[in-house]
Amino acid sequence: MTPLLQVKGLTQRYGARIGCADVSFDLYPGEVMGIVGESGSGKSTLLNCLAGHLEADAGEVIFDTRVDGPRDVRAMSEPERRMLARTDWAFVHQNPRDGLRMGVSAGGNVGERLMAVGARHYGDIRGQALDWLDRVEIAADRIDDRPTAFSGGMQQRLQIARNLVTGPRLVFMDEPTGGLDVSVQARLLDLLRGLVREMGLSAVIVTHDLAVVRLLAHRLMVMKSGHVVEAGLTDQVLDDPQHGYTQLLVSSVLQA
Amino acid sequence: MSDYNFAYLDEQTKRMIRRAILKALAVPGYQVPFASREMPMPYGWGTGGVQVSAACLVPEDRLKVIDQGADDTTNAVSIRRFFERTAGVATTGRTRDATLIQTRHRIPEEPLTRDQILVYQVPIPEPLRFLEPRETETRKMHSLEEYGLVHVKLYEDIARHGQIATSYAYPVKVEGRYVMDPSPIPKFDNPKLESAAVQLFGAGREQRIYALPPHCKVVSLDFEDHPFVPSKADHACDLCGSDTSYLDEVIVDDAGGRMFVCSDTDYCEGRREAGHLGRLAASGPSAPGQEDAA
Amino acid sequence: MYVAVKGGERAIENAHAWLAEERRGDPAVPELSVAQIREQMALAVNRVMAEGSLYDPDLAALAIKQARGDLIEAVFLIRAYRTTLPRFGSSLPVETAQMRCDRRISATFKDAPGGQVLGPTFDYTHRLLDFKLAAEGDVAPAPQAAPQAGPVPHITDFLNRDGLIQTEEQSEEAPPDLTRQPLEFPANRALRLQSLTRGDEGFVLGLAYSTQRGYARNHAFVGELRIGRVAVEMEVPELGFAIQIGEVELTECETVNQFSGSKTEPAQFTRGYGLVFGQTERKAISMALVDRALRWRELGEDNLGAAAQDEEFVLSHCDNIQATGFLEHIKLPHYVDFQSELELVRRLRAEAEAAREAAE
Repeated sequence: MTPLLQVKGLTQRYGARIGCADVSFDLYPGEVMGIVGESGSGKSTLLNCLAGHLEADAGEVIFDTRVDGPRDVRAMSEPERRMLARTDWAFVHQNPRDGLRMGVSAGGNVGERLMAVGARHYGDIRGQALDWLDRVEIAADRIDDRPTAFSGGMQQRLQIARNLVTGPRLVFMDEPTGGLDVSVQARLLDLLRGLVREMGLSAVIVTHDLAVVRLLAHRLMVMKSGHVVEAGLTDQVLDDPQHGYTQLLVSSVLQA
Repeated sequence: MSDYNFAYLDEQTKRMIRRAILKALAVPGYQVPFASREMPMPYGWGTGGVQVSAACLVPEDRLKVIDQGADDTTNAVSIRRFFERTAGVATTGRTRDATLIQTRHRIPEEPLTRDQILVYQVPIPEPLRFLEPRETETRKMHSLEEYGLVHVKLYEDIARHGQIATSYAYPVKVEGRYVMDPSPIPKFDNPKLESAAVQLFGAGREQRIYALPPHCKVVSLDFEDHPFVPSKADHACDLCGSDTSYLDEVIVDDAGGRMFVCSDTDYCEGRREAGHLGRLAASGPSAPGQEDAA
Repeated sequence: MYVAVKGGERAIENAHAWLAEERRGDPAVPELSVAQIREQMALAVNRVMAEGSLYDPDLAALAIKQARGDLIEAVFLIRAYRTTLPRFGSSLPVETAQMRCDRRISATFKDAPGGQVLGPTFDYTHRLLDFKLAAEGDVAPAPQAAPQAGPVPHITDFLNRDGLIQTEEQSEEAPPDLTRQPLEFPANRALRLQSLTRGDEGFVLGLAYSTQRGYARNHAFVGELRIGRVAVEMEVPELGFAIQIGEVELTECETVNQFSGSKTEPAQFTRGYGLVFGQTERKAISMALVDRALRWRELGEDNLGAAAQDEEFVLSHCDNIQATGFLEHIKLPHYVDFQSELELVRRLRAEAEAAREAAE
């Protein structure tokens, strides 16, 4: 089977400081990869390099495109990359404000990606928006409200709906449960797990919260100072950590 | 005014503007940056249109200038007089007699021909400006053809008002590529953008020229189930009786009494001369009145 | 019966005649001469030259007279006239170190080679209305001193010699010309300075003030402010060498701003620069502060989202001729657009009304 995403030797520096160094992994269709580490470990840099928000210094990010098969995203033209970003890819930001248009209604937020790829039937767009609001458990009568009137958890669910409406194959998530109350987090995680399974999504999830990866990720990479120090199946890494740093990470959670 | 060159601008400048016009015609709907000059009239009062007209005019031309469809509004008078003084060209109020028409906010009712040039005055050339204030961003959106946001605006209109609530400066897509602001013409005029004439758009303050070559495809943006409707007041002209022309509403007394008259004054006069009479017209063709505005 | 309003042409002529009469004012009061404005309203003349981008005190004075003292209108007249002038070439850069200074002060050093020269400043006047000026009378001549000979080195040069202030890179590149090329972003520093020097004094002042109040604060001192005359030289191809073609009065301001640096880069002060036609020091200082704020990227500072840091915002809005034209164009008839909005609002109201009735 061809991996959906192959990452080879991805490196990004900020001057003398290392953002992420020589990161390589494969992600297969339907697989969820978790990246954990403390803040400053390079996990967000890595995610932004993968998603093309940051220009990496070296390495390859090969995506199995629908039409042309595996292609290095970094070698694509900007229009191609942007097209990918609004069709087959999705990006869920930690802060929903970064991923939503706060001045546009919930329906408009969900409909934007559809319109960006050519949807021109208002009724259909609205129908799909309603369907997606339902799937992320937002009441239909909120469709014309702006996200400013929503709670943090609702905003995050709306962001997820907006991202998934075009049926992407690969989702990047940056601390999707960060900044939410524990009870709200649990509901969101439940929802995400359902959607990932149902849609057969592949995802790369960056988080500092081991509970998130335990629930969502099949595989795990642990990062420290820009380097991947340990990688493997999630349960294996969490239950039998080999690297000292991973052991520390796991034990600190257990103590907490 | 013999101190100034023909049509005010020096030949170097006119050549620069003509190059921009040619580029604009070659890439319909694309906004070509040009080094707009400071004109002896304020920015926002037609400096872009005036520069484009100045670059196109030749001594044999016959010029018509309209503002809100009328030849006799003050700014139209002022611009017409500017070219009378600096270019010495003949002027006319008759649409069919004009070789070059400079306009603000209207397209004449009478279809234009291949021998005519229509020059629009444009305040804000960027159709995405009120969705995204940054020029660096909007240029990128055009170059990558990222126009989803324009439809989001239309979607929001329908969600809130039940219909698309843009009544003028209604965005169009040109030849399936560039989204373009047709200048603040009422959307009633949008279908006339597909024309036999050359149409040039000049924005002086914003330093942009864009164009529609003859018979170029111009589609007003809409949804399949909320199609574009070129609307007007649901009346006939009270002077000439036309029920197909764009109408101005005029308040005629203190009690709020009102009447509707053609915005295109030449069209209205032509119809009256041909014997068409509206609800409030005196019997027989009448010359327009001579009341002073001052 | 209703008749369409005609006679725009005559209305315009009448308005112009009335304007001319108002411009003259009471004929019993003697008329102002252009020379009087040039000599006695010199700071207004300077502002019009600076923002009009044309160094000609007589034309600026004429423009002020024609504009009835409305300085933005006067700038507009000068700009429109300037468009019609042929361009013969560009001068060599002026040497402000060779300036014959009428005024030269530094806030960063108590004294400096060449000394502090207050010059003809309002700075320490008490702002009390001087009713003596209401009566006409001669002014006693001010005390004289022999002018200093030789160049007056810049105070920032002393700092530069010790590496205490960031060095500006020399460039032989011809600067772009704002009046001959469309403004495109990103703009380099030469273009930003060009835009600021002809920008509206009030706008640039307001932005500079905002940086002082914490919107992208850059902690400026006036390193040096100098006002005086410099020679303008031009290379004439036929001659093969530069000749002096005239002299202009300039105000130059160099600010010394907060230092940058890190563990690896030694700390250094940074600079802002202002250079404006005529005696226009409020403008020159403002310009230097805004210039400094706009340099955040090259100096490795954070974008704090302040207006004065936003090149596109500053450059797109600092020109008062563009601003005033667009602002005032809303006086022009818009009734075609308004009519289309009117129809729309009526239709929306009617539909809402119908929906309400249907619901009841």
